Amino acid sequence: MITMEHVCKSYRIAKRNAGFKEACKALFHREQEEIQALRDVSFTIQDGEMVGYIGPNGAGKSSTIKILSGILTPDSGQCLVNGLIPWKNRIRHVKEIGVVFGQRSQLWWDVPVIDSFLLLKDIYSIPDSVYRSNTDELTELLHLKELLRTPARQLSLGQRMRCEIAASLLHSPKILFLDEPTIGLDAVSKLAVRDFIRSQNQLHGTTVILTTHDMQDIEALTSRILLIGRGEILLDGTLEDIKRGGQTIDETIAQLYQEYEI
Amino acid sequence: MKKYFSFFRLRFSMGLQYRTAALAGIVTQFTWGAMEVLAFRAFYETDANSFPMSLSATCTYVWLQQAFLALFAAWLMDNELLESIINGNIAYELCRPIHIYDMWFSKSIANRLAKALLRSFPIIFIAACLPAPYGLSLPADPGYFLLFLLTLVLGLAVTVSFCMLVHVLAFFTISPRGLQMIFVSAADFFAGGIIPLPFFPKKVQFFMELLPFASMQNVPLRVYSGSMTEAELAKALGLQILWLLLLLAGGRKLCQYGEQKLTVQGG
Amino acid sequence: MRQNRQNQTRNLPCQKRSIRHSFCLYTHYLSINIRSAMEYKSSFFLTALGQFLVSFHVFLGILFLFQRFSNVKGFTYSEVLLCYSIVLLEFSLAEMFARGFDQFSEMVRSGSFDRVLVRPRNELLQVLGSKFELTRIGRLLQALAMFFYGILQSHILWTPGKIITVIFMLFGGTCLFSGIFLLYASLCFFTLEGLEFMNIATDGAREYGKYPLSIYGKRMLQFTTFVIPYALVQYYPLLYLLDKRNGVFYVFLPLLSVLFLAPCYLLWRFGVKCYTSSGS
Repeated sequence: MITMEHVCKSYRIAKRNAGFKEACKALFHREQEEIQALRDVSFTIQDGEMVGYIGPNGAGKSSTIKILSGILTPDSGQCLVNGLIPWKNRIRHVKEIGVVFGQRSQLWWDVPVIDSFLLLKDIYSIPDSVYRSNTDELTELLHLKELLRTPARQLSLGQRMRCEIAASLLHSPKILFLDEPTIGLDAVSKLAVRDFIRSQNQLHGTTVILTTHDMQDIEALTSRILLIGRGEILLDGTLEDIKRGGQTIDETIAQLYQEYEI
Repeated sequence: MKKYFSFFRLRFSMGLQYRTAALAGIVTQFTWGAMEVLAFRAFYETDANSFPMSLSATCTYVWLQQAFLALFAAWLMDNELLESIINGNIAYELCRPIHIYDMWFSKSIANRLAKALLRSFPIIFIAACLPAPYGLSLPADPGYFLLFLLTLVLGLAVTVSFCMLVHVLAFFTISPRGLQMIFVSAADFFAGGIIPLPFFPKKVQFFMELLPFASMQNVPLRVYSGSMTEAELAKALGLQILWLLLLLAGGRKLCQYGEQKLTVQGG
Repeated sequence: MRQNRQNQTRNLPCQKRSIRHSFCLYTHYLSINIRSAMEYKSSFFLTALGQFLVSFHVFLGILFLFQRFSNVKGFTYSEVLLCYSIVLLEFSLAEMFARGFDQFSEMVRSGSFDRVLVRPRNELLQVLGSKFELTRIGRLLQALAMFFYGILQSHILWTPGKIITVIFMLFGGTCLFSGIFLLYASLCFFTLEGLEFMNIATDGAREYGKYPLSIYGKRMLQFTTFVIPYALVQYYPLLYLLDKRNGVFYVFLPLLSVLFLAPCYLLWRFGVKCYTSSGS
């Protein structure tokens, strides 16, 4: 279970002029400007839920994900993920989560994908039997058989994304964070990725938190939507709640953004 | 000609933007020069009679070398050019009505000039303030200073045309970076980047001075303090011009071959 | 139907495996780095050759210089060679195994450090593992050749104490250079611009470490004794090797420079902490 209560986070953006002297000065003292990334964010996500986390760029999506994955420490507020405070018990916490950054790769560029998997096996200390059953399952569901022996640099974007997702699930995480998993993919790959995520959730009860700009992702996958804007949760409900007759989901969301002026 | 000048101008103003890097570079170069001067001082104090030139001239050589490092250091190659061959972006350049060689040549010159402009003056200024004989001394006389400027320009042109040759070789090899490293380290050594050419044994020096590398930093840095006789100077100047012409002609020819090879193979 | 995938990961005892396991992971990183490098074999060997030549040319410089001068401040050709080769060995060892820090600015800039943080392993281990600069083997070989050449040329009477001193020098120096690379990486948490000046402490120390540090004058010796302790792995133990100083003290001096790692590591921890509170 994930709970966030009254989480606030502000950034200090360094205002610095160019120049070596300024850079040196900045080592000790910076002129700063404060930006409120999250203001009093609270929500609860039950085990096995699939949640779409949406909002315009700079609304606070990635800050939330970073806090939940233990990369970022909030200024105030409570946050518990499966009974752990992510940033305090980071090492223990991150064993239980999988993260897919859609625009960055975790595969080694020049070696076959399977080698990257084996390295991850060591990183997460996955026992042999678990590793074997998980790779077998992922290979079948994501159709990786042909890809595993190929160096990552030779894969197409869609193929690579499938491998990325598999790489994030090798250690059987209970929670999966997906940051724009379908960005830049062709239609076939998009459908394959969505199907897989759904089956993963049904099969293993994996909690899925999905940030995306692709509303079809949301429509296909999530029953619940969290809308964030200017650092606040503006809406927490199902797709049906917000959908108005006759509109496509893109139009609905665009209208929501307009209503909240975000 | 005008279009190459605009490449030059674009690149020059781009180079001027990296002021932070330039300041860090100045600090680095200055320390480097100071260490070099201290090392030469140690050798001088040990055995002054074995010095081929005066300590003051040696220190001046070191400071000028650090000040104009961006002009002559072979390792400061323009990576953009190499990258464009490796990743195939060169295809864009081939679509334009220009000579690739000339464009790259003007870009490289501009890049080096911009870097040197930001870095040289502060180093020259500080070095000139240092007490003799460890600082930068004045040129031998105004005539030598003019010759210094002339050979500086020629030396820069020779350096760039040599680097161009190495770049162009990237058309023909599968691992341009390793090859580049080998050429660069050899060029640095033979040009007097590690120890100035006068410090080599006489026989070795004779051969080294005939190589194109001696026509790079070696000539201007030595002309400045007037430690060359007139005969030596005439020979050095002649060699500079000869090598420049040869390297330019060779580079252009090779570049044409490379382009043809590229278009035939389709990248 | 929901079936929980087997998850035995948590049942493993965590403490027992940590050191051995870290070492295992480190060698795994090493092997994946070797395999990556071998994808571009010709490039690898040419670059290694290039690395070899870069140091070889510096060696030639020393050779030619010493044809003119018989010694510098009392240090002869073979003694300088020995000094330079030990510094170069230390540097190339540190470079091979700790150059992952060199690319750290890129890791911070591109955000790949986030990936490191969402993995349940020590951050330093992961950063180190991300890149081994194996082409430095060229420089290492050059240093080794020069080391043995220097030993043959010099007339050192090798005692157990001196052999231990050399081993300590190599160990201490590798730690010291690794510490400087770590320092560089730690600074990336605070600024990404103008860090070129760190080249003075890395490449500069390598280049100017070819002569015993005393030749640069008293102040430079003081600086390299107390601020960045190069002299502890270079000048003082060298005096012991060359019988210019006596005392067991000099044998163990290089080990002191390992202490330099402590402030670097603290700065790193502090940097990680700042990173997780600012997220940038």
